[in-house]
Amino acid sequence: MAKGILGRKLGMTQVYDQSGLVVPVTVVDVEPNVVVQVKTAARDGYEAIQVGTGEVKAHKLNRPLAGHFKQAGVTPRAVLREMRFAGAGELHVGDQIGVELFREGELVDVIGISKGKGFAGGVKRHHFNRGPMAHGSKYHRGPGSMSARMSGGGGHVRKGRRLPGHLGADRVTVRNLALVRVDREHNLLLIKGAVPGPRGALVTVRKHEA
Amino acid sequence: MDKMKLVEQTAMQNDRPEFGPGDTVRVHLRIVEGGRERIQNFEGVVIARRGRGPGETFTVRRVSYGVGVERVFPLHSPRIEKIEVLRRGRVRRAKLYYLRGLRGRAARIDERR
Repeated sequence: MAKGILGRKLGMTQVYDQSGLVVPVTVVDVEPNVVVQVKTAARDGYEAIQVGTGEVKAHKLNRPLAGHFKQAGVTPRAVLREMRFAGAGELHVGDQIGVELFREGELVDVIGISKGKGFAGGVKRHHFNRGPMAHGSKYHRGPGSMSARMSGGGGHVRKGRRLPGHLGADRVTVRNLALVRVDREHNLLLIKGAVPGPRGALVTVRKHEA
Repeated sequence: MDKMKLVEQTAMQNDRPEFGPGDTVRVHLRIVEGGRERIQNFEGVVIARRGRGPGETFTVRRVSYGVGVERVFPLHSPRIEKIEVLRRGRVRRAKLYYLRGLRGRAARIDERR
């Protein structure tokens, strides 16, 4: 049995539960995934499956990829991702994985690439407090003092000092999200709460590991 | 984005009548009280509607024993049994927050026909 599935984040909305309370949900579109390659401990040194999803025209592929799909005997897929877990060897090339993998109410972990924020300052990146914006203050959102002559670094900036820099566009895992609904007809997952990445982003939905 | 709409459709009630700011409505609300369910009514003037899709809400204002009471309802909440439109009002803006500062005759709204 597979442990996870690839999907696309469609966006967020709200639904109502049985008692009439509003539940915030992220809608994830899960086109059927197909196993393209099975890696075994004997041959590859570890157990994993490579799954593909989405459509791509055959003439868009380069030769190595075309050969890869041909060998697997599956139609070309837009995205390929490897999923490593014990028991991956029990699956076979060509196996389909769909939303049936999940039950409603189950807990899942969702992995995605967070939205990129570019070069961000300390206030946004590390939740520093900013200074007053007025009343004669000239210290607004800057990083401030980095070290002192004797203590705090002894005239040097210590390694690991939190400074402005690139924020976002990281691989982020959000754990323990409840599945509100599994729509088999339309291949959708409704996951309670927020999920990393912009709309349209590729996300991996995985059964929650304790 | 069509699949998004599909999901939102399932969270919406399609028996909600058309009404807007200035209209007087009676909201039949399902209340669970000590394991028993009963219907409670809330009657007043709609002073605002906001949002779109399953999260759309409307605000009802009534003056009860001289005290202004406003309640915000999610339009598509399954806890709302029914919404009755009692009177159509003629108003010239979308948000009737100015009613909060008025009372008695000044707070009247003309009926629309």
